[in-house]
Amino acid sequence: MAEPAAPRPNSTLYSIPGASVASTAPAAAPPDPVAAARSVAEVLALSQVDAVFADLDRDLVGLAPVKQRIRDIAALLVVDKLRLNAGLSAHTPSLHMSFTGNPGTGKTTVALRMAQVLHRLGYVRTGQLVAATRDDLVGQYIGHTAPKTREVLKRAMGGVLFIDEAYYLYRPENERDYGQEAIEILLQVMENQRDDLVVILAGYAQRMRTFFESNPGMRSRIAHHLDFPDYSSGELLLIADRMLDSMNYQFSPGAREAFAEYLARRRSQPHFANARSVRNALDRIRLRQASRLFSQAERVLSRTDLTTLEPQDIRASRVFDGGVA
Amino acid sequence: MMTNPTGRLTQGQFSFLPDLTDAEITLQIVYGLKRNFAWSIEYTDDPHPRNTYWEMYGNPMFDLRDPAGVLHELNACRATFPHHYVRLQAFDSTRGVESIAMSFIVNRPKTEPGFQLERQEAQGRNIRYSVSGYAAAAPEGERYHG
Repeated sequence: MAEPAAPRPNSTLYSIPGASVASTAPAAAPPDPVAAARSVAEVLALSQVDAVFADLDRDLVGLAPVKQRIRDIAALLVVDKLRLNAGLSAHTPSLHMSFTGNPGTGKTTVALRMAQVLHRLGYVRTGQLVAATRDDLVGQYIGHTAPKTREVLKRAMGGVLFIDEAYYLYRPENERDYGQEAIEILLQVMENQRDDLVVILAGYAQRMRTFFESNPGMRSRIAHHLDFPDYSSGELLLIADRMLDSMNYQFSPGAREAFAEYLARRRSQPHFANARSVRNALDRIRLRQASRLFSQAERVLSRTDLTTLEPQDIRASRVFDGGVA
Repeated sequence: MMTNPTGRLTQGQFSFLPDLTDAEITLQIVYGLKRNFAWSIEYTDDPHPRNTYWEMYGNPMFDLRDPAGVLHELNACRATFPHHYVRLQAFDSTRGVESIAMSFIVNRPKTEPGFQLERQEAQGRNIRYSVSGYAAAAPEGERYHG
């Protein structure tokens, strides 16, 4: 962060004639503990990246290619740190990324984790993630866009800027759209202030492809294109288990099978949004469980009654009648 | 007797020190951000001691957490007004304080001619004093040519 200070232009101005020139060394930056590390294990221990990886493996189901890519990036950053400590040149790698994948595949969650990983490795100064959409970046009249975009960029500096549904920035059907202006400012900062800011663009694969085709400058400045695969049915069930666990619910023995069947039917319907659909389905199942318990006004409800979801809660869904969820 | 031998404007913090480098300015910004101050940038070419309110460059930067944003804005201001005085100010919004907590000059013109003390003889050999900058006679925008 602190560059070697240029010699002061007016250091002689303050010297008393005959006295030695006063030392004007700039304040030293606080020492970085990672700077002394010589092995990968030391860097990992000092930066506690391992803890983030463990969290990543534990909290995120599936997504093997994404996790592998994050490990690769982290490995590069660790080795670069060691190169720097050994006095070799280490270019700050371009860390801008694009996350593509269907709805509900965990793009936002991974972006949050990415901010943590980069922060632990010392590549962004704060672990903050500033999320922005078209509304935050693009103005409504001439001269409105640039200050708005700069404002967001300034706020995100030192951390990660996450632009969700980035393709909305570019509206080819309207050539006077101000989105282009926002993209240009974004590109400029992505290029010139790589040390200060990491930009992550996210969106659905097909539309992101069109976006990159019409903005080749954007594509070439993004080094890492991560594709988020759809979850398998087993993984979705696992996700459901974890969601329920965090909300203090559980499936009764028959209910898990019923939910698996529900997922199989729901998958084949349009607008299936992976983990998000699972969350919504669970919310509706909780509603049905609540009204089932509500109707038994006289019954004393035990802890198990309150936490258990029964098969009939699930089978009451419209999906089982061939309807849309 | 010369009371200000360097002829430099001495207003705000650090003004008797040599100019701060960007790294040192960054450290000050970090200090302010840690205490939840909002940084803002002001510029003027009329640094009369009684000219309290300089022109604002952009809005005060609330909800920033990293010094890079402030420095970025400062460099933009320096590029726009290379021959003006530019200062950084930190606003402390703590209830009951609600005022500027830090203020220091981060850009100054190359030559600073200083101020003249004018004495006016009034009734009964009283003296009235006033201060005027040597550069202030020129119109706004043409005062310090660098």
